[in-house]
Amino acid sequence: MPVSFPAGVEYLRILPEIILTLAGVLIMLLEAVWSDQRRTVFAPISLAALAAALWAAMASSYGPAFSSMLAIGGSATFFRALVIVVGLLAVLASSEYLTRERANGAEYYALILFSVVGQCVMVAANDLLMVFVGLEIASIASYVLAGYLRDDPRNNEAALKYFLLGSFATAFLLYGVAWMYGLTGSTNLSIIREVLLSSGAPSLGLTGVAAALIFVGLAFKISAAPFQIWAPDVYQGAPAPVSAFLSAGPKAAAFAVLVIFMVHFGATAEQLQPVLWACALASMVIGNFAAIQQSNIKRLLAYSSIAHAGYVLVAVTANSEIGAAAVMFYMAAYALTNIGAFAVVTHVARKGERFVSMSDFAGLSRRQPAMAAMLALFLLSLIGVPLTGGFFGKFYIFKAALDSHLVWLTVLGLLNSAVAAYYYLRVLVLMYFHEPGEGAEELPAAGASLQIAVYACAIGTLVLGILPDWVLDYASKAALK
Amino acid sequence: MITSTHYLVLGGLLALIGTLGVLTRRNVVVILMSIELILNAANLNLVAFARELNQIQGQVFAVFVIAIAVAEASVGLGILIALFRNKETVDAGEIDLLKW
Repeated sequence: MPVSFPAGVEYLRILPEIILTLAGVLIMLLEAVWSDQRRTVFAPISLAALAAALWAAMASSYGPAFSSMLAIGGSATFFRALVIVVGLLAVLASSEYLTRERANGAEYYALILFSVVGQCVMVAANDLLMVFVGLEIASIASYVLAGYLRDDPRNNEAALKYFLLGSFATAFLLYGVAWMYGLTGSTNLSIIREVLLSSGAPSLGLTGVAAALIFVGLAFKISAAPFQIWAPDVYQGAPAPVSAFLSAGPKAAAFAVLVIFMVHFGATAEQLQPVLWACALASMVIGNFAAIQQSNIKRLLAYSSIAHAGYVLVAVTANSEIGAAAVMFYMAAYALTNIGAFAVVTHVARKGERFVSMSDFAGLSRRQPAMAAMLALFLLSLIGVPLTGGFFGKFYIFKAALDSHLVWLTVLGLLNSAVAAYYYLRVLVLMYFHEPGEGAEELPAAGASLQIAVYACAIGTLVLGILPDWVLDYASKAALK
Repeated sequence: MITSTHYLVLGGLLALIGTLGVLTRRNVVVILMSIELILNAANLNLVAFARELNQIQGQVFAVFVIAIAVAEASVGLGILIALFRNKETVDAGEIDLLKW
């Protein structure tokens, strides 16, 4: 067989991954040779690399790369840009926190970059091998991030739980992938699609089992019920900016892969529709009802993220082009909102994350009006109030579900969002109508980079809420391809 | 004569043993070993299918899996050592600072 080397344009198509990998390696090299005083440059280097990667992702031409291992299309471009923006915001929200915890190490930034690389590979994958490799690159980096402050027992525990359950889930995914390869005779998703469509297709039962195993692995990553058990512990135990990153980036990438599979597995994926239906409903119910009882704000946001995974699964269940566009729009709105909310929590938590219980947010509007207003905006977007991105996100999801005749799921989903309003509003009431508690410390103003992150998230949330067409038009066009 | 079915059954058994191990054992090191068993069950499947289909892809996939499993195991043991320094236990039942 002749050896064919990739053409130049194929390197351009993976330029974002190349830039991020090189920057991550460079940061680790510089850490080894530079003295401690120059540690402050790692954040700017990673920001520059992420910005360059964002440009490269947006400018990339569509088409296959590296013997069709990767396929850059509208959806891949959208999700690559999204996960890179998530990385940008996470770095902006982290640097002040890391200085406060005296843990301003280069490896933190390198790990964020590597995790983003993995997510980029996942969303552009056109081969089961690339899905697996990308998932593992993203996951292994995020296991370490979750336990980044290694002297803090909460961090240790979060990292261990994330690692054990995460790698258990990937093992399932891999076992499913192995079966899918054996049944269809290829790891390439385009070929698998043709084989499954053709008359000589293997029995639906066996491919259904393989697809179900793959779904289990992805359901862990998106923290959908009944595989949500790790999320509250990990989001509570991990450093707050890392929780922000974990709740947005890997989740968006896993949803992108799920949509890719729904498209390529065709009838096999349709068999799983009842399973998806049940998972979507269970995630919404468990997430929302457990969130009501929480007293720790990070845990509350964790349960809320489980519920939001449920909403997005509703759109995946719809299994249509509108559904795919709704997934993209919702993940963009959700990622911005959630990172913003976690960034405000990062600021209020202070050193050692002492102030993360709900009561610590009492009277925040008086202690720090700007931050309280921003958190209020993010919570309103999570509820789905008009003029915020969350409203249109939910609107498109339930529209997609209705178009696919999922009437009951839509009704139950809407009831769930009403329940969700209760616990988000509770935080709002605490911030605006309660006096600050006795032990409340004087809150210094947030650092510049954290403020940029929070305001960028707020602007993004409002833009998605007021001018949703910009993103939605792009998403609908991308979903067609 | 050992056919592909034999390998697939063995793979299925390994995956089952691994899953049971993860769900029932409390020692984190044993849980890690059980996860490795499932990964190797998948590897066995990949290689068996590659032989059955007379292809190379499955074997290449298995090589990737082996490399990634090593990276994963080293990160996992690193996390476990960091935890052991603070808590001096490898029992999953005693790791309960956050509500499990």
